[in-house]
Amino acid sequence: MAKTLFEKIWDAHQAVAETQAAPGVLYIDLHLIHEVTSPQAFKAIEDRGLTVRRPELTFATLDHATPTTPRAPGAKPIYATKAAESQVRRLEDNCRRHGVRLAGWDSEDRGIVHVIGPELGLTQPGQTIVCGDSHTATHGAFGALAFGIGTTEVGHVLATQCLLQRRPKTMRVTVDGELRAGVSAKDLILAIIAELGAGGASGHVIEYAGSAIEALSMEERMTVCNMSIEAGARAGLIAPDETTLDYLRGRKYAPKGAAFEAARKRWAQLKSDPGALFDAEVRIDGSRVSPMVTWGDSPDMAAPVDAVAPMPSGPESARALAYMGFKPGEALMGETIDTVFIGSCTNARLSDLREAAAVMAGRHVKAGVRMLVVPGSEAVKRAAEAEGLDSIFTTAGAQWREPGCSMCIAMNGDTGKPGERVISTSNRNFAGRQGKGVRTVLASPATAAASAVAGAIADPRRILEASHAQ
Amino acid sequence: MLSEPIRYINSATFVLKEANIDTDQIIPARFLTTTGRDALADACFADWRFSDGVEKTGHPLNTVDTSTHAILVAGDNFGCGSSREHAPWALRDFGFQAVITSRAADIFKSNALKNGLVVCEIEEAAHAALLDRPGIDVEIDVETQTVRAGDISARFTLEPFARTCLLEGVDPLGFILGQSDAIAAFEARAR
Repeated sequence: MAKTLFEKIWDAHQAVAETQAAPGVLYIDLHLIHEVTSPQAFKAIEDRGLTVRRPELTFATLDHATPTTPRAPGAKPIYATKAAESQVRRLEDNCRRHGVRLAGWDSEDRGIVHVIGPELGLTQPGQTIVCGDSHTATHGAFGALAFGIGTTEVGHVLATQCLLQRRPKTMRVTVDGELRAGVSAKDLILAIIAELGAGGASGHVIEYAGSAIEALSMEERMTVCNMSIEAGARAGLIAPDETTLDYLRGRKYAPKGAAFEAARKRWAQLKSDPGALFDAEVRIDGSRVSPMVTWGDSPDMAAPVDAVAPMPSGPESARALAYMGFKPGEALMGETIDTVFIGSCTNARLSDLREAAAVMAGRHVKAGVRMLVVPGSEAVKRAAEAEGLDSIFTTAGAQWREPGCSMCIAMNGDTGKPGERVISTSNRNFAGRQGKGVRTVLASPATAAASAVAGAIADPRRILEASHAQ
Repeated sequence: MLSEPIRYINSATFVLKEANIDTDQIIPARFLTTTGRDALADACFADWRFSDGVEKTGHPLNTVDTSTHAILVAGDNFGCGSSREHAPWALRDFGFQAVITSRAADIFKSNALKNGLVVCEIEEAAHAALLDRPGIDVEIDVETQTVRAGDISARFTLEPFARTCLLEGVDPLGFILGQSDAIAAFEARAR
């Protein structure tokens, strides 16, 4: 019978099949952990006298609560709070005791969990991957089934390498056509979420397909899969192809030589069969997508950057517009911003920083605007510095910081002030997400950078066209 | 390891009408540096309840008595966003025993049911009726999966194993550990 990509991965990982009475036991190939959602899980298994079943399939990093303040090499990090520091200490201690690999402060591999998994070649096609973090779907870009779990489930995976799961439904989002110049993967996923709604893909695993998806680089595919949860999806994935293989070849933990060739043969099977049925099908014309910004406090409240703030369709959107300080019917472009954040597991990879730097080069952050650029990992930071991106940002008046989640979740001391409007390359514009009372506008790195220069929401195509004309 | 079985919840409701109440609203990220899972009642909806550390007068979350109003009726897509299990921990600590909504986000629902917070997803008309009548007495019957309140009656469907866990106090981790042989056999096959 014709199977979807999701079904192939799912079926291959059923240690015990699902029944009417109980969910199936799904085997997990890679368990990623970080300091915020793991301490209670380690405690729960220790309280029962259990150990980590497969420490070698578990990988930890420090990212959420860690400071990103610039510091000299080897200098000690200064935490925003004692609690943040003790949380990090707890993970270091748990990893030591249970023999779990940790990309800690002393590691050149440290970074945001969803940036380093792919970067290190830990993330591979056909795997099941979980993490106590809702943006785990990022890894689906490699044709893996990757999804976020709660802390109790983190404990289940630590102790058993398995999860109790019922088979979710499937949805295929096909994006045909070609993205226009100046339109990024971030714009595409914001457009998809606006189409589906914040809960529109609840209970589903999305497979992204179509010519516009196939044309994306791995980093762009990660940006798309990353935000699947913002439409309510359990996971998002993309069938592996030559682009995937080219990315994986030579990565630290990816198979090498003959093992890579053997893996490549297995991975070639990882695509939805012709005629495979999905529970839902959505089609998007990629050539109609524009650079997008959000106008409300839910990620599905997004519109083309050159559109006007919409007329409220009900109390929710009226409240959201009021919160953001946008007037229905007035242009979004030109609305002032106070802070710019380039970072997060959505948009802090090298290509994202290049995209922002291309806009910033030879320009300056508008007076009075604060701009933070936070690379996704130590490796991204090194690579960006090697090609001089850091000096483009600092010359433009932006801060070049240490890797971490930073202002995306704003629990490490990097926050906006109440009432500030922040244009951000992160994934959530929830009220107060970036600090109490902060108003977040989600956008691509190019749009965020163009807005930094203008001091207001701006269309990056205008700046880039001006650059090309010179 | 068994937990306290939950069969019925009888209580008055407390209503938060907004749709898409995300877990950042339920518990803001700055409270996530804890390494524990209790003492989170003050963090629950903190930015809705407090301004500069002072309770906002008149906010219904600051006057609700959850010993009598333990059922939260909330707008559609409740618990969306971050996977933080701190959200159901905080709601439980605050005193809520159940959430009634038209649709709850997947990860939130899974987390809530593992912490004795019953999530009832009911059809829109009954949901709308409950949203319009804050404080109404409701009976949630986990066994028959029904919500009853005066002339309002609606069904909800729990994942059958989660329902068994609630009704019998079964512990899911114990259930997985009980299948260790099958897991070991799977690992042997996969090698």
